[in-house]
Amino acid sequence: MEKTVNQKAWFLVLPVLLLVAFSAVIPLMTVVNYSVQDTFGNNQFFWAGLEWFEEMLRSERMWDALGRQLMFSGIILAIEIPLGIFVALNMPKSGFWSSFCLVLMSLPLLIPWNVVGTIWQIFGRVDIGLLGYTLDALGINYNYTQDILAAWVTIIVMDVWHWTSLVALLAFAGLKSIPDAYYQAAKIDQASRWKVFRFIELPKMMGVLMIAILLRFMDSFMIYTEPFVVTGGGPGNATTLLSIDLVKMALGQFDLGPAAAFSIMYFLVILLISWVFYTVMTNLEKREG
Amino acid sequence: MAKITLDNLAHSYLPNPGSEDDFALKELNHDWTDGEAYALLGSSGCGKSTLLNIISGLLHPSQGRILFDGKDVTHAPTAERNIAQVFQFPVVYDTMTVHDNLAFPLRNRGRDESYVAERVQEIARMIGMEDMLRKKARGLTADAKQKISLGRGMVRKDVNALLFDEPLTVIDPHMKWELRTQLKQLHHDFGHTMIYVTHDQTEALTFADKVVVMYDGRVVQIGTPEELFERPEHTFVGYFIGSPGMNVIPARIDGNKAYVNGSYVELAQGYKPLDGKVEIGVRPEFARLSQSEGLPVKVRRVEDVGRHKIIRAEFFGSDINIIAGEDDHISADMNRVTFDANRVNVYANDWRVNGRPRDGGPSDPDTATDHGTPDPNG
Repeated sequence: MEKTVNQKAWFLVLPVLLLVAFSAVIPLMTVVNYSVQDTFGNNQFFWAGLEWFEEMLRSERMWDALGRQLMFSGIILAIEIPLGIFVALNMPKSGFWSSFCLVLMSLPLLIPWNVVGTIWQIFGRVDIGLLGYTLDALGINYNYTQDILAAWVTIIVMDVWHWTSLVALLAFAGLKSIPDAYYQAAKIDQASRWKVFRFIELPKMMGVLMIAILLRFMDSFMIYTEPFVVTGGGPGNATTLLSIDLVKMALGQFDLGPAAAFSIMYFLVILLISWVFYTVMTNLEKREG
Repeated sequence: MAKITLDNLAHSYLPNPGSEDDFALKELNHDWTDGEAYALLGSSGCGKSTLLNIISGLLHPSQGRILFDGKDVTHAPTAERNIAQVFQFPVVYDTMTVHDNLAFPLRNRGRDESYVAERVQEIARMIGMEDMLRKKARGLTADAKQKISLGRGMVRKDVNALLFDEPLTVIDPHMKWELRTQLKQLHHDFGHTMIYVTHDQTEALTFADKVVVMYDGRVVQIGTPEELFERPEHTFVGYFIGSPGMNVIPARIDGNKAYVNGSYVELAQGYKPLDGKVEIGVRPEFARLSQSEGLPVKVRRVEDVGRHKIIRAEFFGSDINIIAGEDDHISADMNRVTFDANRVNVYANDWRVNGRPRDGGPSDPDTATDHGTPDPNG
């Protein structure tokens, strides 16, 4: 077919270009702009080159925050994924109770993040919180504002409470898509419950589980609101995760240059890890499919 | 291998079945002879899969017993019955290799590896997949997967019966024929009791020694393909089997004549007066178009299907099909039809009625229906 050449067609993509420019490119460029300049106030900026990036890479503070962040994401993934699968496996498969469970489990997902933080902040307080008060009454020394372990346990349990449902719902959807014949064949083959899980359910759930892992990783890696509301990053810097640290640096200390360099590296790390996940996922599918 | 006996078996999916209509599978007594190949034939929803699942133990019947070689297994779980089942679409363990798939039932039963390896080789040779043993099952074609599930069934030597639940539904047409031939060969070589559920009459008639035709939760006839063709016990069998199916024509029977709208058709046998809905059934193969003799018809269309011609005609306001040979000449003035008197069956309330031979028959006419299952309408 003969193709018509008409350069005016460029105007058709202009609205999208403008939209993307204002929503993503321009804000991002501001950050890039800050990251390569220095200021001493009066709105006067000086070229700083890659100085901020070098400083940030040498900064122990950032590496510590990154370490805490990886630990947080690792722990919640290690709990939420198996727990979500376990919940999905034990849910009623159909009927009223199935719908009931689905609705019940969706509830935490519908609560705004800062409300989740507030709920747990109050829940864990030793003076008025049900959890904190009970633990204290039982003689367990629990105080998330002073004890590092208690603070970590609190934010992890909170995240598990908030997000395990998502994993469970995805896993449940994967389980529902398995035809009955597979279970019947397994019965005839005398497969044990473990083998049914290992050779039928798990392979069939793999696709949705990968999505669940990716979603939960990205989300937990960027988490800010909930731990900030509960612990404010404390005690000390014990629960200062990457984004909490970033906000402290940018808005607390008004170190715009380092904060901008930090954001760009933060963004690149997330991009890199997501890309690795995505590649591994698609390769797995290709190899098996 | 074993003889499978169904004793007073019936099943309803409702917790408290009341009337007969509540039963997906109506009361049934039958012996499945050891080593025979059966086909369970019927349209969708007639209860054939229900029956199969009861035999395999995936469903427990609401009443009656099921015995393997005389041993009651009605409440035994699937695993204890030692049966194998091939499902409508292929069930394979995707992440395993073909070898591990075939070995799976043996390993689950704790057989030692040397025996497993030997058996898997044997089965792979039987189903023609020796060169694929190292491959992952996931990437295989539907027919290869179906062969694996068949092989998984046969890998156990002590398997009592092989059950097939419409196994060729998702297979490409040219592979269907090959797989069916292979199945028949395996049955011939190893003599497993096989029960094959299908709604495809060609599949049923080519595969089975005996075809069990089901209709509306009831077994209406059990017989060889020949019997089903020549003496359908129920009008359903008549029009379900055959292409096109049997012509069923409302008639009034008087002795050895069947009256259709005032004209009559000769019958080979005499019948005593019949009550209820009375029909005669004639297969298109035994009807003949003629210029001079027989009853009037109006030919509407002639279809040449290659081997023969199918004449679609109108017969006293209802449809009738007639099969003529490929070389038979059909002219415009052929507007009468005759039937082969020996091939005309008489039905009362859908069940075939036996007549008495015309000459010197017993004085007591035998009109009892003879189909092995209770007649719903007496």
